[in-house]
Amino acid sequence: MRYLPKSPADRAAMLQAIGIHSVDDLFSPIPAECRLTRDLAIPQQMAESEIVDWFKQRAKENGEGYTSFLGAGAYSHYRPVVIDALVQRGEFLTSYTPYQAEFAQGTLQAIFEFQTMISELTGMDLANASMYDGSTGAAEAVMMAVRITGRHSGVIARSLHPEYRDVLNTYATHQAIPLRMVSFTDSGQVALKELETAVGDDTACVLIQSPNFFGTIEDVEAIAEIAHKRGALLIVSIAEAASLGIVEPPRTADIVAMEAQSFGVPLGFGGPYCGVLATKEKFVRQMPGRLVGQTVDKNGKRGFVLTLATREQHIRREKATSNICTNQALVALMVNIFMTVYGKIGLRELAKQNLAKAVYAADQFSKHAKVLFAGAPRFNEFVVETSEDPYAINSRLLGHKIVGGFPLKKFYPELGHAALWCCTELTTRSMIDTAVGLVAESERSVQTMKEVEQEVVR
Amino acid sequence: MTTKHITRKATRHISQNEGLIFEKSSPGKAAWKLPPLDVPDVDTATLLGRQERKDLGDMPEVSEIEIIRHFTRLSTWNYAIDLGMYPLGSCTMKYNPRVNEFVSRIEGLANGHPYQAEKISQGALRIMKTLSDCLLEITGMDAITLQPAAGAHGELTGMLMVRAYHESTGNARKKILIPDSAHGTNPATAATVGYAVENLKSNGRGMVDVAALAAQMNEDVAALMVTNPNTLGVFEQEIHKIAELMHAKGGLLYMDGANMNALVAKARPGDFGVDVMHLNLHKTFSTPHGGGGPGSGPVAVKKNLAPFLPAPVVTTKADGTLGFEYNRPQSVGRVRAFYGNFGMFIRALAYIFANGPDGLRQTTEDAVLNANYIRKGLEGVYDLPYSTPSMHEVVFSDKLQSKKGVKTMDIAKRLIDYGFHPYTTAFPLIVAGALMIEPTESEPKEELDLFIEAMKSIAEEVEEDPQFVLDAPHNTRISRLDETAAARKPVLRWKPENV
Amino acid sequence: MSYPSDRRYTKEHEWITADGTIGITDHAQDSLGDIVFVELPKVGTEIATAKPFGTVESVKAVSDLFAPVSGTVTSVNEDLATAPETVNKDAHGAWMVKIKVKDPSELNALLSAADYEKFVSEEAAH
Repeated sequence: MRYLPKSPADRAAMLQAIGIHSVDDLFSPIPAECRLTRDLAIPQQMAESEIVDWFKQRAKENGEGYTSFLGAGAYSHYRPVVIDALVQRGEFLTSYTPYQAEFAQGTLQAIFEFQTMISELTGMDLANASMYDGSTGAAEAVMMAVRITGRHSGVIARSLHPEYRDVLNTYATHQAIPLRMVSFTDSGQVALKELETAVGDDTACVLIQSPNFFGTIEDVEAIAEIAHKRGALLIVSIAEAASLGIVEPPRTADIVAMEAQSFGVPLGFGGPYCGVLATKEKFVRQMPGRLVGQTVDKNGKRGFVLTLATREQHIRREKATSNICTNQALVALMVNIFMTVYGKIGLRELAKQNLAKAVYAADQFSKHAKVLFAGAPRFNEFVVETSEDPYAINSRLLGHKIVGGFPLKKFYPELGHAALWCCTELTTRSMIDTAVGLVAESERSVQTMKEVEQEVVR
Repeated sequence: MTTKHITRKATRHISQNEGLIFEKSSPGKAAWKLPPLDVPDVDTATLLGRQERKDLGDMPEVSEIEIIRHFTRLSTWNYAIDLGMYPLGSCTMKYNPRVNEFVSRIEGLANGHPYQAEKISQGALRIMKTLSDCLLEITGMDAITLQPAAGAHGELTGMLMVRAYHESTGNARKKILIPDSAHGTNPATAATVGYAVENLKSNGRGMVDVAALAAQMNEDVAALMVTNPNTLGVFEQEIHKIAELMHAKGGLLYMDGANMNALVAKARPGDFGVDVMHLNLHKTFSTPHGGGGPGSGPVAVKKNLAPFLPAPVVTTKADGTLGFEYNRPQSVGRVRAFYGNFGMFIRALAYIFANGPDGLRQTTEDAVLNANYIRKGLEGVYDLPYSTPSMHEVVFSDKLQSKKGVKTMDIAKRLIDYGFHPYTTAFPLIVAGALMIEPTESEPKEELDLFIEAMKSIAEEVEEDPQFVLDAPHNTRISRLDETAAARKPVLRWKPENV
Repeated sequence: MSYPSDRRYTKEHEWITADGTIGITDHAQDSLGDIVFVELPKVGTEIATAKPFGTVESVKAVSDLFAPVSGTVTSVNEDLATAPETVNKDAHGAWMVKIKVKDPSELNALLSAADYEKFVSEEAAH
């Protein structure tokens, strides 16, 4: 086996040193009836070239060569090549959690820079070293709010990513945290009047997403006021991190739960991604996840360590703030490098291009179909309602190697034939024009059918 | 001072100094360039109004060469498996094959969107299905979810299923039994799911005390969480009896798969009574630790627990194509958006393909051989609190060295000077001053010999000059850091005024 | 170490004076090591005998603070939030909370300074 660094002579010498004859002796502690005496029924050893071929074949069956209008929590942005060049350095790729600070300073300093940039972008005082993803991050944020306030229920916007809501439900059920849902208005924003009545004296937090699942930017300040008036915290989930380049961050929030995938993390069929929690300084000891802090060594030299570890499971055990153990260090490093490459000016320009593409696309679509939720600002996603089922339109688009918008019926039955379209800096004008053309064609044929039907009736 | 072996593994060399990226930033530098906009430009003020962000604060402005140097310099301050042995007990720091990285970046797999139509997702689904089948065969279980993002997340998922299973019988039960040797995530997880934790004492051989278990087991106990081999590296020889005791009173047996590297292709948890278990793809199946993640923590169960798996699950449809099944009324629900850390599934499957049945068996045998070789080499030099046979890891204690005031953490820090990453310190909790060593199969005999020499040399240093060991490390860029100051007045981000 | 005789002690290593001032013992601070954070209840909180009412953290450990007797918190030592090291420097001076003791007779059940010192030395012998 090519990964194993021993010759038969090495093994023989080691067995002799141990004082046994056969490696089987080492497995004698396993009772005979527990031992497997046959080969595992799995594929036989493959050569590297065979492995590569097998996966290339799978890639061909997986939409290779298609361009897409899908967003909905997973965004297609350009990834500068320096990201993979750097994260594949063995010293990052193959190192462990930096518990031994003296020779893990590379990872530790990188995380410290990550925490700084995330705090800066989200408008919070500080951020942790990352969470599994945006969905689990949002759930952890709710549990954090419960610990801080000592209250036991949550109010959740229905315009929060439906799969984030599902994850939150799973966590909340067993923590006995009842969740109340607040719906959205015709502009796609949280219904403020409904929110006012939903927030009560036992509400630990209000959880919203902005830009929300429909791409609409929420009035965070107004929502914060409603939450804070009743002593509840405001948690803002951000699924499209690129929005932070041009959309005012939720500074009035108490906790920001972000999915940073947009910043240099491949779509990868849904993972691994990079969740992050950011919060106000006064809440830091209630925040789950690893944290890196700056300190000095005994010679006064600046260095970085994992700190406030007493919040974590390996010390508090059943009293920990969360059972979370790993973070997403390597993915956070991708995010870190992406933020460094674009920086202060580039992130804004990038966001602006996203906005321009989405504005153009929405304008074009609106000539032929209905663009919902007008009247509130949007970032790079918008909802188009067609007469025909979007699944049918999408399947024709596939013929042009284009993946159309995400049909919303599955999560929002009341939205009928609406689909969520996303444009990023990678979306070209010709892609948009092709998609709009097909939607226009679909609308025309539906119209013609209606006219024919009316003829028949007459 | 004796440093006779020190140069055989490590030598001091120049490493570059490097500040924080913010300290290199100055206006006008850039590492990015966007293509020209092919649609009309927009007026952001009109579009966004008061929601427009005007300034990004202290974000850096640097050039590409500075970024490359910055992160390359930082990287050289890290230790890594690519540099040498990483004997962290229960962490299974094995070689991370490069073909795994290569195949995970193939276009189509790396760029697949989680919501693209199933018709053009057959490749991803096939990878998930094949990996699931392999893991079920390796564990001897019946059904699996790949959704959990890490080991602890898998534990949570597993415990949610335990709870859902009991609830379906009309009694959720109240508590979880956890041996005192368990990893800290186990009690934290049980508590997260709303169960009380009851400690289970180990016997004199470091195993679950079966008599104590029989006494503690009753209709209030939902499950026992065991790690097998346990954190002492000891196989629970009475595992059958333990499973019978649990099952007789309607309880379930949960296995933490952290130590599966001792069992793959040699024994299957499904064959010794385990009802539900999680795996760590980043331990047993060679996906990289990456400085602390991403992990991936699939959960495998027996048939009776299958209805409770998180939705969706991968199914084969009538026409032979694969799809996601969402309609699962008894499911515990989702534990993560989308389908899990798919990129890790690719890597783990590539590892299984590279090994095959014979390679996996040899891997396990070598892992156990390496641990026992170290045990033999250090017996007598360090105290061995439990003489029970070791599987893939061995636990010593600092009993002999602590007489000179030197603790396990000090020995660990001195090991850094010898060019090795420390072993796991102070864990498991049932051993005072533990040195928990897991070499994995990836170490050649020469590296193991160097490690044994280094450990012996340190033991000699402790006798001759304990203070020298207490002050270690001596050869790193920085000495021991003031963790107390870091925790008392946390500085968690850079600010311009900190300079 | 001498333990002041003007107060009572618990086996969980807290001290309490007759007027209801509570802190941790010098032995406790010594075994915890450098204390980095003290978490205390709000004024008005009811605390109950032998039940946790707060925590003390060192870099790598967390310990619960157990109420020596039942009562209501009347005052909290806010200085400890910014200067937890005071507990290391002067454990018997750095009080944590003051309470209105519910039943003063409960105090009689606690250890005297001499008994506590004996208890600590016996515990060390294990």
